[in-house]
Formats: sequence, structure tokens, C-alpha cells
Amino acid sequence: MIRYILLRAVQIIPTVLLVTMMVFVLVMVIPGDPVLSMLGYYADDTTAVPQEIYDRMFRELRLDRPLPIQYLYWLGDALQGDFGKSVVFRVPVIDVVLSRVPATIYLGTFAVAIAIAIAVPFGVWAAMRNNTWVDHLASGFVLFGISVPGFWFGMIVILVFSIYLGWLPAIGYVAPQDDFLEFMKHLILPAGVLGLDVAATVLRFQRTDFLEQLHQDYVRMARAKGLPRRIVIWKHVLKNSLMATVTVVGLNTARLLGGSTIIETLFSYPGLSRLLIEAIYARDFPIIQAVVLLMVVLVVVVNFCVDLVYAYLNPRIRYITA
Amino acid sequence: MSTVETDVASDAQRKALPRHKEAFNSVAEVFLHDRRAVVGGILLLVMIFAAVVGPQLIPYDPHQPDLQDRFAAPSWSHWMGTDRNGRDLLARVVAGASISFRVALGASLLALVIGAPLGAVTSYVGGIVDDVTQRFMDAIIAFPARLMAIVLIVLLGPSVVSLWFAIAFSSIPRYARIIRGSVLGQKEREYVEAAHAIGEGRLAILFLYILPNVLPPMAVQVTLDFASAVTVEASLSFLGLGLGPPTISWGGLLNDAQQWLETAPWLAIFPGAALALTVLSFVLMGDAIRDHLDPRTRRRGERRLAR
Repeated sequence: MIRYILLRAVQIIPTVLLVTMMVFVLVMVIPGDPVLSMLGYYADDTTAVPQEIYDRMFRELRLDRPLPIQYLYWLGDALQGDFGKSVVFRVPVIDVVLSRVPATIYLGTFAVAIAIAIAVPFGVWAAMRNNTWVDHLASGFVLFGISVPGFWFGMIVILVFSIYLGWLPAIGYVAPQDDFLEFMKHLILPAGVLGLDVAATVLRFQRTDFLEQLHQDYVRMARAKGLPRRIVIWKHVLKNSLMATVTVVGLNTARLLGGSTIIETLFSYPGLSRLLIEAIYARDFPIIQAVVLLMVVLVVVVNFCVDLVYAYLNPRIRYITA
Repeated sequence: MSTVETDVASDAQRKALPRHKEAFNSVAEVFLHDRRAVVGGILLLVMIFAAVVGPQLIPYDPHQPDLQDRFAAPSWSHWMGTDRNGRDLLARVVAGASISFRVALGASLLALVIGAPLGAVTSYVGGIVDDVTQRFMDAIIAFPARLMAIVLIVLLGPSVVSLWFAIAFSSIPRYARIIRGSVLGQKEREYVEAAHAIGEGRLAILFLYILPNVLPPMAVQVTLDFASAVTVEASLSFLGLGLGPPTISWGGLLNDAQQWLETAPWLAIFPGAALALTVLSFVLMGDAIRDHLDPRTRRRGERRLAR
């Protein structure tokens, strides 16, 4: 297992490095002057900054050095958590970014929890009642979840639960340590909308995989040696098919983060994605760089963990790759 | 690869080998037998019809304000109601369809045109070229598609062409992978060996024998990609990063609707429904074709025979 972990860890290094390069290049390829862009001005606005500030910034960004050297310095700083100063907030980028992390983690975790709570039991039920109304209902749910864009569904949900029924607040966020009940009230709608999107994907895989497991030889064998159907299903089949679930949930991290850009904006929820959009409107490039990098590295790390969990659950993977 | 490339295969010899014409037929078959494909297809035709003929049939100009008739609820004269300037929402939704289709079609074709040759060539050449390309593809896949689109559109500035590129970029690896998997998988098959034996050249094998096999999974990918491109374009416009006014897009309409959710909920309901139905039509067709081609459903039969 340790050998497998090391092997996979070595494999993701080039990916992570490429990702950092892409994020670095991102700011370099903004049309026009990088100094003005980093200061939050439009690139053609050459009179906006006094010459001495411009020169200092030029040296601070190490623009007098060759590009590969600039990248290495930038990477070194980034590894130490130094992403420069935010143009808008005038404080270190890392502080702004970290202050938004908890809200996004709550949202993401809650959304995944909702997704699993809906998708796993429903998927199993649909697979066991293959081609009955339960199965059709599940297929309908999957189609709905995949076709209906989250931000539109979010608006409908706000319309129903906030405006007509007045049960839940439509926008905003309260920290859990301040008022837990209010925190939950603000979390339910965005997390539910985001979770439903993930639930559809997970449900689809759960159903297919469970159905496939039911037709495997080991199931017939277990039944043939006299094990009751109940035990075969709950002890053997479910355990095996949950492996697929782990993978699918993990692989949906990217989808979740992508979806959260829209959902956090719609619900004015102050998470990382909302910060990204605010930074884009304000042309705060150091923040954009940091948030994008953080999100992408998060996706890579989660996928890495999924691989490990999968290898742990399924020893065959370890032997094949090692 | 084999060295016998001197003699050219005769037509008779070629006919004796499977050319997988059934691959094309099977896609057509889906539309005859699968209800989902039929429903999706009809839905799509209706949307296209509305986008093309709609502007001639609707007696309102989507840009023309009518301040006497602001925030009118849906009625016989305005089927979807009117917005804050009294503009007819139906006319605006129909106008939004054409921009939505134009962006999504361009984006999914662009991804296909870049991704497919990239996958074919790199997997064919192999070696370090293949390895390096694969690492780049891994890096692109690590970016959430919507995040990538947002970042690229910020860099490129909003225009139809930059929307194509911004949306297409993250699907390029998917096409490259499908092609790559197929080329690598088919290379070892007996019929490819047989084609070699009768003297077909390498390019002929790639184009005449291997690529036709990749077309059905490509069809699925293009269909599903179109669906996601429609959503991503709408998301970008919703965030105010797409084509701004005066261009009418579904995402932009939804962005406007946000402020008037309480006064005029129809402004949110109808553009979103149009968007959802468009995506649904492609998802239905894509799913039907995929299920039809799914090797797992096919292989199950083979496994039973083998036992």
C-alpha cells in the first residue's frame, strides 16, 4: 500500500506543477501591462500610476527577470502562502482567501451529505426494483438533476421557500459559532440546490453499479450456498457498490466547485467562489490567481485521496499498478 | 506495426473486412427504437423551429420598450409577460435561443476539431509526445470546467469567438481521450491485423478502419458537450461575463430577473425553462445513444455465452 501511495504521489507532481504554471501564465497573458493589471487598472491606462510606484512594482513582480525565473520565485512564494497583496482589500491575499474558506467548506460538505443521503438509498432501491415505478422515478430524478441548471433551480427555490412561503432566508450567511440555527437556515437552500446537482450524478452511478453487482458470480454463489438474499445484498453487494460511490463523489469535487461559483453568487453566500467573482469584477488579479490555484490543487488532492481510498478498498488496483 | 505496405488492397479484399458501417446505422437505429431519443429529437426540433421561425411569427420586437406595458403578467397578448421596460419576454426568449445555439454549437465543434486530431496523432506517434500531451490533458481536466471558462473569458474578453474557445477548452481532453482509447484498443484487434495483411497503409487503417469505430462514442460526446456548453454559456451570462446587452441571452435574462423575482417571477421562470428544455433534449438523445453503445450491456450477453 505504501508503495502504491508513493507511486501515485509521484504521478501527480507533474500535474500539480503544470497547473501552477497555467495559473502563473494566466496573469502574464492578460492583454497589456501586468503591472497595471496587478494594481487593478485597465492595461491601457498608462497615466494611472506614478512612475516611481510603477518601477517599484515592476521590480517587486520581478518583471526584469526572465519568465522561468519569475515563475520559480512566484512558486516559492506561493508555497509559503505568499500571493502578494490584494488590490481591493489592501491586505495579504492569503488572509482574504483563508477568511472565505470555512463558508465554502460548510457549503460543500453539506451539499455532499445531502447528495449521498438522497442518492445512495434511492439508487439501491431503484436497482432492486429494476424497471418498476421506483426505477422510473429515479431515472426522472436523474434527468431533472442533470438538465435543470442549478442557478435557475436556485431561483425557483428562492421564489417558493423565501418569497412565497417565507420559511428560509434567500441570501446571506451567518457563522456557526455566532448563531447555529441561523447558520443552518442560511445553508439549507444553497446546499440543497448544489447537493441535488451532485445527487443526480451519484444516483445514476449507484443504480447502474448496484444493478451490475447483482448479476455478478459471487452473488449467485452466495445465494447458492444458502445465504439469505437480505444478507447478500446488505453485506456484500452494498459494500462493493459503495466503492463506485466513493469514486463518483470524489470525482464530483470539480463539478461541485464549478457549480458553487454560480450558487454562491445567486445566494450572496460569502465563500471562495463568490470571492473569485467579486475579484473578477474588481480586476483583483492576485486574488483571482490564488483562488483558482487553491481550487485546482484541491481537486487534484481530492482525486488523489479518492485513488487511495479506492486502492484500499480494492486490493486488485494496488497489484495491477504496482 | 507491420512492414507489408507495398501492395494495395483490392476492393474485394476490403469488402471482406468489417468496416463497421453498423456503427453509423446503430446511431440511426436509436432514433427508431428509443423513446428518449425520439422525445429529445422532437424537443430539439421545436426549439430550433422557434429560434429560426419565431422572430417572424411574434409581433413584437425583442428590443422595443413599451413603457405603457411594464411588468405585464403572462396573458394572451404577451404569452410570457413583459419585463421592466415592457419588452415582450417571448420575443426575448426566442432571440436568446439563437445566441445560445450559436455559442454551444461552435464550442462543441471547436473542442471536437482540436481534441480529436490531437488524440489521434499523439496516441499514434506514442512515446514522449504522447506522455507530455497526457500530462497537459491531466492538468486541464483538474480545472473545474466552469472555472476554466470563467477565467478564460476574463482573459479573452466577451465575444462569440472567445466564448467558443473558453467553453471548448476544458472539453478538449475528453475528445482526445476517447480517440486515444479507441486507437490504442483497436490497434491490437484482429481486423486491423487482417487489414495489414492485405496491404493497407497506416493512414488508410487509421481513417478507414479505426476512426469509424470512434464515431458513435464521439456522437455521444458531442451531444452531451452541447448540453453542457449551453449551460456554461448561460452561467457566464448570468454572472455578467458573457455577451452583455444589447445581445439577448438566456443567462442574461435570468440575471435581470433576479432583481424582480418578487414582482415578476415569470421573468425567471420562462428563460430558465427554455434553457432546461434545451439541455434536456440533448441529454435524452445522448443517453439513448450511449445506452445503445454501452459495451457493458453488450458484453453481458457475450459473457453468458462464454460460460
